[in-house]
Amino acid sequence: MVELALPKNSQITGGKIWPKPQGATKLTEFRIYRWNPDDGKNPSIDTYFVNREDCGPMVLDGLIYIKNKIDPTLTFRRSCREGVCGSCAMNIGGTNTLACTRGMDEVLVKGIVNVYPLPHMQVVKDLVPDLTRFYAQHASIEPWLQTDTASPEKEWRQSKEDRERLDGLYECILCACCSTSCPSYWWNGDRYLGPAALLQAHRWLSDSRDERTGARLDNLEDPFRLYRCHTIMNCAQACPKGLNPAKAIAEIKKMMVERQI
Amino acid sequence: MSSPKTNATKAHTPMRTPLGRVRGLGAARSGTEHFFLQRVTGLGNLILAVCFIVIVISLAGSSYEVARATLGNPFVAVVILLMLLSVTLHMRIGMQVIIEDYVHGEGAKVLCIVANTFFTVAVGLAGAFAVLKISLGG
Repeated sequence: MVELALPKNSQITGGKIWPKPQGATKLTEFRIYRWNPDDGKNPSIDTYFVNREDCGPMVLDGLIYIKNKIDPTLTFRRSCREGVCGSCAMNIGGTNTLACTRGMDEVLVKGIVNVYPLPHMQVVKDLVPDLTRFYAQHASIEPWLQTDTASPEKEWRQSKEDRERLDGLYECILCACCSTSCPSYWWNGDRYLGPAALLQAHRWLSDSRDERTGARLDNLEDPFRLYRCHTIMNCAQACPKGLNPAKAIAEIKKMMVERQI
Repeated sequence: MSSPKTNATKAHTPMRTPLGRVRGLGAARSGTEHFFLQRVTGLGNLILAVCFIVIVISLAGSSYEVARATLGNPFVAVVILLMLLSVTLHMRIGMQVIIEDYVHGEGAKVLCIVANTFFTVAVGLAGAFAVLKISLGG
C-alpha cells in the first residue's frame, strides 16, 4: 500500500544547532536533513547560519560555505555549479530543484532555507539519494540511435525541421527533480518509468533518424511503465531546465493511440 | 520526505541487476485500449449526463404516472441505458487505475480488481433492468 507515514527508522528526530559565524552581520538560516548510515540513528534536521557577506547568492554556495567553514561532514553531490550536470538536485523550500541555480532569497520560508534530499528515494547519506534505479530506468528505454539500415559513409542526415522536433527534449540533464516530484513515481516507482525516462523515450521516438520507433513503443505499452502518468504535472513544475515531461508523455500516449486507429 | 531504509525491491533478490529489475516481466503490450476508452466514455458521460439532467429537470414536480410514462419513452430509455453503460464502464476503468495506484499486494490487488468488475456489472445490470422494466412495462 501507499506509505503515508515514514518508517520508524526514517522519522526525523532532533538535530544540532551549529554556532553562528562570529562577527557576521547578515546571516541566513539553513535547516538541513542529515542522516548517517553508520551511526544507527534516525535522520535529524541540523541548523546552520551562513554569513552572506562571505558567500555567493545560490543555495549551493550556502551548502559549500557550510561544508568548508562549519561542518565538513555535510554530504551532498555537486559538480558544475551552473545547472548543466544535474548533480545538486535536492528538495529546497519544498520544491525539487538544483541548488546551484536557485538563489537563497528565492526559497526562504519564514526566513529559513529548508534543504532535504529528493523525496521518496533511498538515502545514501544526508542529501545524497540513491539514483541507481532511476539510471536503470533511463537505460531501459535504450537512449541511443537505433537503425537497421547500414550506416552512411558520413552521417545520418536530418532536416532542420526534424531537428527542431527534438527541442525541449534533448536538454534534459537527468537530475531526477521531475521523477522524484511525481506521486505516481513515489507509489509505483518500481514499475512506472517516471517522467525523466519517458521524456527521453519521447526524444528517441521523435528522432527522424531512428528506425525502431515501433519497437520503442512496444517497450512502453504497459499499464505501469507509461500509463501510470495521470498528468499531475508536478514534473513540469519542478524541472529546473523548464522542460515539460508531462507533454512528452502525452505525446507518447497519442502515438500509441495513433498506431491503433 | 526521504526514507533511508524502505525496501521497494519486493521479492527480487539483491543480486539482480538494476536493469534486470526495471525490465521485470517486460511490457504488458496493453493499456492503450483502457486509456482510449476512458477518454471516449468520459466524453460520452458528459453528453449523456447533460441529457439525463434535462430529463430529470423536466420531470420535476410531475406525478408518478407522468414520470413512468416519460421513462417508458424509447428515446428517454435508450439515453438512460447508454448513460448507464458509459458511466459504469468509465467507473470500472477509473477505479481499476486507482486500485493499481494504491494497492500493492498482488493478491489484494487482483481481489480488488475482480470485486470492482463484479460491482460495476451488478450496478449497471440492476440499473438497466429497472429502466427496461419500466420501459417495456413489467
